[in-house]
Amino acid sequence: MNFTSLLQEKRLTILLSGDIDHHAAKEIMESVSAKIRVYLPQICELDFSGVTFMDSSGIALVIHALRGMNQLGGTLRLTNVPPQPRKVLLASGIQKLVPLNQERSPA
Amino acid sequence: MKHENEAVIRFPSLSSNEAFARSVTAAFAAQMDPTLEELGDLKTAVSEAVTNAIVHAYPDRIGPVVLRLRRLAGNVLEITVKDTGVGIPDVAQARQPMFTTGGAERSGMGLTIMESFMNSLTLRSQPGRGTTVRMRKKLIGRGETACKP
Ligand SMILES: Nc1ncnc2c1ncn2[C@@H]1O[C@H](COP(=O)(O)OP(=O)(O)OP(=O)(O)O)[C@@H](O)[C@H]1O
Ligand SMILES: [Mg+2]
Repeated sequence: MNFTSLLQEKRLTILLSGDIDHHAAKEIMESVSAKIRVYLPQICELDFSGVTFMDSSGIALVIHALRGMNQLGGTLRLTNVPPQPRKVLLASGIQKLVPLNQERSPA
Repeated sequence: MKHENEAVIRFPSLSSNEAFARSVTAAFAAQMDPTLEELGDLKTAVSEAVTNAIVHAYPDRIGPVVLRLRRLAGNVLEITVKDTGVGIPDVAQARQPMFTTGGAERSGMGLTIMESFMNSLTLRSQPGRGTTVRMRKKLIGRGETACKP
């Protein structure tokens, strides 16, 4: 799993890719948390456009990132979520805590 | 129920087998002409069940997991995931949304997702002996071919 990320005006964008399952989640979770700690963004955007599959392990990942951003008083956004991960996120009810944006928000 | 085709795969509870179980399920389901959304639902459900066997059934050892796929009459796919691990003391409690014994890395949504993505789910477990989850889903499929054997 590669993590491309860019920081722009306190907005951190992390591009997620591949399958987000239990096998991969731990590494992704640690990497996302580390990036939030290092860059201290006001907005953290998890870009799902490269995600090929996601199960409930991804829900824990989003909750983890949300906690990190709440501690900073910042905002978490989920963008470009493909249909399969979207369905999993909706089943978890997490969209009540983090809106599922359709498009990457303008920089 | 009479079954028309069947595959049984047995593998150790290694997390790398989560992706393998999803691929095998998708390959087996291909004969039933599923839609992309149905395929996503099946892969999600099997991933949840196999992950539970890997994470919860064998918390500190590697044990056997058996995945059985059956095509039943009426274009119904049955997925059974069986382990011989620690078992579940209270299955009704385990099925509650957000109930987890897994800590911060788990969300307690696996069984809820399996239930909502499949048409039916039965969970049988005996503490100390293991757990079997059986799920069924009728595939509407992409066209006429879905009705033929
Ligand atoms: N095969 C199993 N063996 C032993 N315990 C299990 C098994 N499957 C589920 N459980 C128990 O049921 C609980 C709920 O399972 P469920 O899949 O809904 O959530 P989770 O695995 O804890 O979290 P998530 O699936 O969201 O990552 C688990 O925390 C565990 O205690
Ligand atoms: Mg689970």
